[in-house]
Amino acid sequence: MTVKVLRRLGILVAGVLVASIVVFLFMAVLPGDPAQVALGVNATPELVAKTRAEFGIDRPLVTQYLDWIGGVLQGDFGRSYVTREEIGPALTDRLGVTLWLVGAGMLVALLIAVPAGTFAAVRHRKADGTALSGLSQIGVAIPAFLAGIILVQIFAVQLRWLPSGGWTPPVQDPGEFLRGLVLPALSLGLVQGAVLTRYVRSAVLDTLGQDYLRTARSKGLRPFQALFRHGLRNAAVPVVTVLGLQLSTLLIGAVVVERVFVLPGLGSMLLDSVASRDLLSVQGIVLVLVVGVLLVNFVVDVLYTVLDPRLRGS
Amino acid sequence: MKPRIHAAVAALLLVASGCSAGSSATVAKDPGTLAIGYTAEPANFDFTRTDGAAIPQALLYNVYEGLVKLDADAKIVPLLAESWTVSEDRRTYDFKLRKNAKFSDGAPFTAEDVKFSLMRVKTDWTVSIKSTMDVVERVDVVAPDHARVVLTKPSNGWLFSLTSRLGAMFSRTGVADLANKPVGTGPYTVSSRRRGDSIVLKQNPAYWGTKPAYSTVVLKYIKDPTALNNALLSNGIDVISAITVPDSIPQFQSDDRFTVVEGTTNSEVTLAFNNARPPLNDVRVRKALSYAIDRKALLDTAWGGRGTLIGSMVPPTDPWYEDLSNAYPFDPAKAKALLAEAGRPNLSLRLRIPNLPYAVSSAQVVASQLADVGVTVTIEPLDFPAVWLKQVFTDRDYDLSIIQHVEARDIVTFGRPKYYWGYDSKPVQQNLVKADAGTPQEQVDAMRQVARRLSEDAAADWLFLFPNVIVAKNKVTGFIRNQVSESFDLTGLAPR
Repeated sequence: MTVKVLRRLGILVAGVLVASIVVFLFMAVLPGDPAQVALGVNATPELVAKTRAEFGIDRPLVTQYLDWIGGVLQGDFGRSYVTREEIGPALTDRLGVTLWLVGAGMLVALLIAVPAGTFAAVRHRKADGTALSGLSQIGVAIPAFLAGIILVQIFAVQLRWLPSGGWTPPVQDPGEFLRGLVLPALSLGLVQGAVLTRYVRSAVLDTLGQDYLRTARSKGLRPFQALFRHGLRNAAVPVVTVLGLQLSTLLIGAVVVERVFVLPGLGSMLLDSVASRDLLSVQGIVLVLVVGVLLVNFVVDVLYTVLDPRLRGS
Repeated sequence: MKPRIHAAVAALLLVASGCSAGSSATVAKDPGTLAIGYTAEPANFDFTRTDGAAIPQALLYNVYEGLVKLDADAKIVPLLAESWTVSEDRRTYDFKLRKNAKFSDGAPFTAEDVKFSLMRVKTDWTVSIKSTMDVVERVDVVAPDHARVVLTKPSNGWLFSLTSRLGAMFSRTGVADLANKPVGTGPYTVSSRRRGDSIVLKQNPAYWGTKPAYSTVVLKYIKDPTALNNALLSNGIDVISAITVPDSIPQFQSDDRFTVVEGTTNSEVTLAFNNARPPLNDVRVRKALSYAIDRKALLDTAWGGRGTLIGSMVPPTDPWYEDLSNAYPFDPAKAKALLAEAGRPNLSLRLRIPNLPYAVSSAQVVASQLADVGVTVTIEPLDFPAVWLKQVFTDRDYDLSIIQHVEARDIVTFGRPKYYWGYDSKPVQQNLVKADAGTPQEQVDAMRQVARRLSEDAAADWLFLFPNVIVAKNKVTGFIRNQVSESFDLTGLAPR
């Protein structure tokens, strides 16, 4: 098991390194000069050249890359060309917002998917179970931003119960924080919930067909009782895998939802930084996102082994 | 199992309803607080080293003040200077300063700061507009409340640019971290900021002048126009500083909670011609294109009929404004004739535009109208600002482009042959010089000549002047109808 974890760790580090090079090269070939964008129209070529030197983007690419990655390894992401702030602290700040959003979205998704999926599986031959899985099919087809727009129209614009966007840090005002989180979390969570419902349903269906459940049923347990006592842990294994994969999707969904709800998360920072050709910031953000996704995969892999003892030997 | 699902639904509803309790307003709970929504967020607070309209919009006149400012009628009026005089040769300006003004770091405002701030533009500023200050020869400190500025040559443009961010007064002890800690003499100070979300301005308790009516102003930054509208509709903000897409205006007009204020801007939406390169170096081709475009129809389609047809690079708020919008009346037959005369009956042109809503919608109308006179137009949207700046503006790789020119009195750009217009006209250059050096009347006369000449040469096609549309809750008053300065001036805003 230790060997396996170590091997996965190695893959993680290699993945981050490759990603850093790809991101760096991609930003280098992107049209548009950061110095020109920062200075705007009317800038003289001399001024642009001076600013390029100040940003350090007139140096060879290899030097720039080594300089950057060397700093990152020591926890220094550099200073943004545009905001003139340290990128590291800005990243942590923005990541906090995104994690709240993804976490709350996942919570909503699970609150929907586990009961709904289980119900749809157990009653898959009944009308209500079929209706529920049909509903989840529709939910899958709705993009998160559309869900967001509809929710805002109903709950913010028409009813004026909840804010249409904006962010209040939890330490500043917990009530306002929660109010602001409800709609974004719902728009992420409803769609993800629909997706997960289908996986939970098929996982539970699969478990229901297993011999040990039939044995349990023959001992007189009702379908739900049998499932809860003996089946859920087994059904959880494929669901956890999907959950890990879906977390990456959720992260991408969060980028869009942040835009709809004007949340100062990593996604909106990424879009702004790309538009202003804030190369160092973009590199930092993408690196953090890549690390996040790879970390999730890593954790899922480890969890998988914990949940299913049969996998430990391999 | 059913009860469980019911319980979950009930719990969710409970959360939702619990959240709604006692909350119809978010930011606007306190009557002394005003929340205004903007689309463009300042990258940082340092407009001496970072270009763009967003920083002066937030800070100028509110946090930073200059010696003079532009009032609602676009007239230059005193601010930190109580008064000023201009010498006979128009090269020496004597500014009498306010004695009781103070910077927010406690330092008093004196003539030394005037000298420091104006000379600093030459040495420390890196944004391109600083070149207007090149004409300053020196600044003399005559007395603590008397600063004398000597110019190398007379320049009306210089005094006008003092009303912009270029004239902002900085504290000698407050320029260490301009990007994060602005120090000015204005009625507000920056209290906090959440990047990607908002900036909070608080009343400056030591302000020398009339205190503003609102003690706190929250500047909310919402890039998406729909989200911006929703924020106003759901009480998240009190004001939309400027509507960027016209479709939503009727919705606010028909809702009696809101007031819609409409005025003009300095922002000419211009169809730029590459004057330096065939085929548009031929005046007949440029004129043909100008005749071929029905600007009224374009305005109706692209901006819901709001905005002004001006036919020149001069907004109605400039003293030398003349309505030239009828110089090239819509006349496709004439356009075709001119194209035939120029030997270009079948023309193909590249219309390279920024990927912004006004440009995209205008471009489609332009393309279809030019198609009617036999000109094939290929629309190429470019990522703005980065790619448009590089390819169209810097490299001048384009035939046609559509862009808003937002800066005040930017007609002077036609005096620079190297500017992306590629327009090189001696009479225009000479008149611009004459206008800058002359008396107010000479300035008006010469500037009119410039605008007329540009029109005769069809140096560009001025599609329309962008309207200034502010939407606010009824309780807020005191908006400046025409957006004439770089500032979104908060000082006159007050509750009804």
